Amino acid sequence: MADFWKRFSRNRQAVLGLIILCVVIFVAAIANIIYPGDPFLYSKFPLSAPGENGFLLGSDSIGRDVASGIAHGAKTSLLIGLIATLAAVFIGIIFGAFAGYYGGIVDDILMRVTEVFQTIPSFIFAILLVAIMKPSIESVVIAITVVSWPAVARLVRGEFLGLKNREFVQACHTLGMSDIRIMLAEILPNCLSPIIVIGSLMVATAILIESGLAFLGLGDPNVMSWGFIISDGRSMLRVAWWICTFPGIAILITVLAINLVGEGLNDALNPRLRERN
Amino acid sequence: MTDKLLQISNLDIVLPEGSERDLAVKDLNIDLSPGETLCIVGESGSGKSLTARALMGLLPAPHVRVEKGTISFCGEDLTKASEPRMRQIRGSEISMIFQEPMTALNPVMTIGVQIDEVFRYHADMSKSERRQRAIELLEDVQLPDPKQIVAAYPHELSGGQRQRAMIAMALALEPKILIADEPTTALDVTTQAQILKLISEMQTIHKSGVLFITHDFGVVADIADRVVVMQYGNVVETGTVDKVLNKPEHPYTKALIASVPSLVPRAPRSRSDQVVLSGDKIQKKFGGGKSLFGLGKPNRFVHAVKDVTLDLRRGETLGVVGESGSGKSTLARCIIRLLDSDSGNIMLDDVDIRALNRAEMRPLRTKIQMVFQDPFASLNPRIKVGQIISQGPIIQGQSKEKAESRARELLDIVGLDERAFNRYPHEFSGGQRQRIGIARALALDPEILVADEPVSALDVSIQAQILELLDQIRESMNLSMVFITHDLRVAAQVCDRLAVMRYGEIVETGATGKIFENPQHSYTKDLLAAVPGQKWDRKVAG
Repeated sequence: MADFWKRFSRNRQAVLGLIILCVVIFVAAIANIIYPGDPFLYSKFPLSAPGENGFLLGSDSIGRDVASGIAHGAKTSLLIGLIATLAAVFIGIIFGAFAGYYGGIVDDILMRVTEVFQTIPSFIFAILLVAIMKPSIESVVIAITVVSWPAVARLVRGEFLGLKNREFVQACHTLGMSDIRIMLAEILPNCLSPIIVIGSLMVATAILIESGLAFLGLGDPNVMSWGFIISDGRSMLRVAWWICTFPGIAILITVLAINLVGEGLNDALNPRLRERN
Repeated sequence: MTDKLLQISNLDIVLPEGSERDLAVKDLNIDLSPGETLCIVGESGSGKSLTARALMGLLPAPHVRVEKGTISFCGEDLTKASEPRMRQIRGSEISMIFQEPMTALNPVMTIGVQIDEVFRYHADMSKSERRQRAIELLEDVQLPDPKQIVAAYPHELSGGQRQRAMIAMALALEPKILIADEPTTALDVTTQAQILKLISEMQTIHKSGVLFITHDFGVVADIADRVVVMQYGNVVETGTVDKVLNKPEHPYTKALIASVPSLVPRAPRSRSDQVVLSGDKIQKKFGGGKSLFGLGKPNRFVHAVKDVTLDLRRGETLGVVGESGSGKSTLARCIIRLLDSDSGNIMLDDVDIRALNRAEMRPLRTKIQMVFQDPFASLNPRIKVGQIISQGPIIQGQSKEKAESRARELLDIVGLDERAFNRYPHEFSGGQRQRIGIARALALDPEILVADEPVSALDVSIQAQILELLDQIRESMNLSMVFITHDLRVAAQVCDRLAVMRYGEIVETGATGKIFENPQHSYTKDLLAAVPGQKWDRKVAG
């Protein structure tokens, strides 16, 4: 673990990303303390510029506090990103593991199913799913999960294909180990590194999809989110630039930070030179 | 000293910080005359390959570089030569052949184009002249039908043919020095013999100096004029081949030479006549399946094991020898039921295990276990050694405490410290890992051990230790062993009986001593004749 941290911290960008991410998580965690109450609550001061009337980042057309919206939206974005990714990784591992391990007809069937999901452009597919299910936080999570698991399945399948013929797996067969145990206890731990990396990058993608859906009005109407604020401020971009700009920056730096952390994890978990020396 | 082609003096090569040692090569002094073959011998990590790379100016700079010393090539110091000058020298005056010809050749260019490149960069010749010369070169290295080979891609040639093409390329401009870095290690023994002969013929014609890097003392005995023995970056002994091989002075050289298995078979041991395992007409084909929905052409199939019949008696070691592609590993995997064979019988005591399904096979797994070839791939890097060894018995229903205390005992039996129990495989060297692999196989108290090339990935001194360990446990636990190997020297020392395989068939079986003395099948004769270093063996023996 200490070894892992040493390699991770060697990449300065990754450390910077981690710091930014921690700040975002911190803001999300204390959103209810710094901005208690409902972020949808409007005030008497519509369209205040940043700093005016006590609004740090200004207010929108009906006087809602943009800063409060960003703080509460951070919670939404991170939670949706995390839950959708965990679900997608879980489904992806099951599909990929069975397809890669058993090969043959099992592989054919599972991979054809995966490809059906991959042929539909993911964002349009997500829109379609949310539109069918009616916008709510659950449907957004489901939609993001459904469009993101195939990537994990492909990755896990590839790893399993490469590992299942290794001698240590054959040794388990000669000991009489069951297939499930070989998959879970022997092969899976060896492909955790790429799964963690792809998972971390998927959180960023999930946040983008969630913001996009909210921007199109397909987010949960009762939950504050960054996409919602941008969507709301878009018609007033020329008179009140701050409404769109600050949540936009929040999305940008959060996604960037997660990507940097993902890259750093990749470097730290897959040092190709570490083995065999 | 100007008549020397090459004079390396006080050469130090540094390794990056945090490596096992500071200097890859320390205070190296060697020289090479025209027409001479100098062998650099050493085990892995001795610095022999880096020495060759330093000569070519191909060290992986900036982390690995020449710290001090000179490499004088016909009076010119190569450590100070400019990069353009080095490019001139490489290929035209010093050239190199590598261990693995498949990776050293560019897979998307034909052999002809790759030879042509050498001339284009180094010589002023017209296109048709260059093509003519390329064909001549391929003729020189005795490749059949050079006109076709010029147009062939590397994957269309066999390993031996690729290495011949590499040699043709290396000799294209008649270099003064030819560096050969383990050029025959990846080849089969019969091909190796041909390539070694070719290199020495080429050397006689071109009068070049050959710097031959190898770990194999048999090869050294056959081709070297002088020998340099390296250990941990130091030269421990230098001298003529006769002096180093027959009257070694340094203890390390002595130990190395003592660990080379002799070609004189071990004395036959008394054995029981009880058959513990027998195979009857085992068949295994690969491929031949159809694509999805039965569309398209059926795949080509390979008959990997053809009508193999063999038996293993209690307490004996049956060697299965053959070259790559002979089906010996497939046979081993069929016997231990890692692969399902197509037909035949495999009788373990009185049960035909070929017909059993996985659940029925599970209790019988305790009787027959396997030791694998690659000590790096055969242990799960994410699981602690103690667990690796104890999980077999636990699966078979033993209690955890009992299995773990047995695992600790086994660590002791295979010669490892008990502290190894809580460590991960990557903390161990290749030889130690192979000991762990053996302990894992022994954990189930098997009657039969199938060992698939258990020492071929190891250095010769480690190899000797592992063979000795296998011998000990075989005696103490009364194991019967199926020992797969390509190395006849190892087979001579380990096996009571041999089965020689070619193209999936057993061409000859018999007691080891008998086969070595009086081989019947022509292929067995070829194999035995190709083992390097036989003259030296006879000298040592007699």
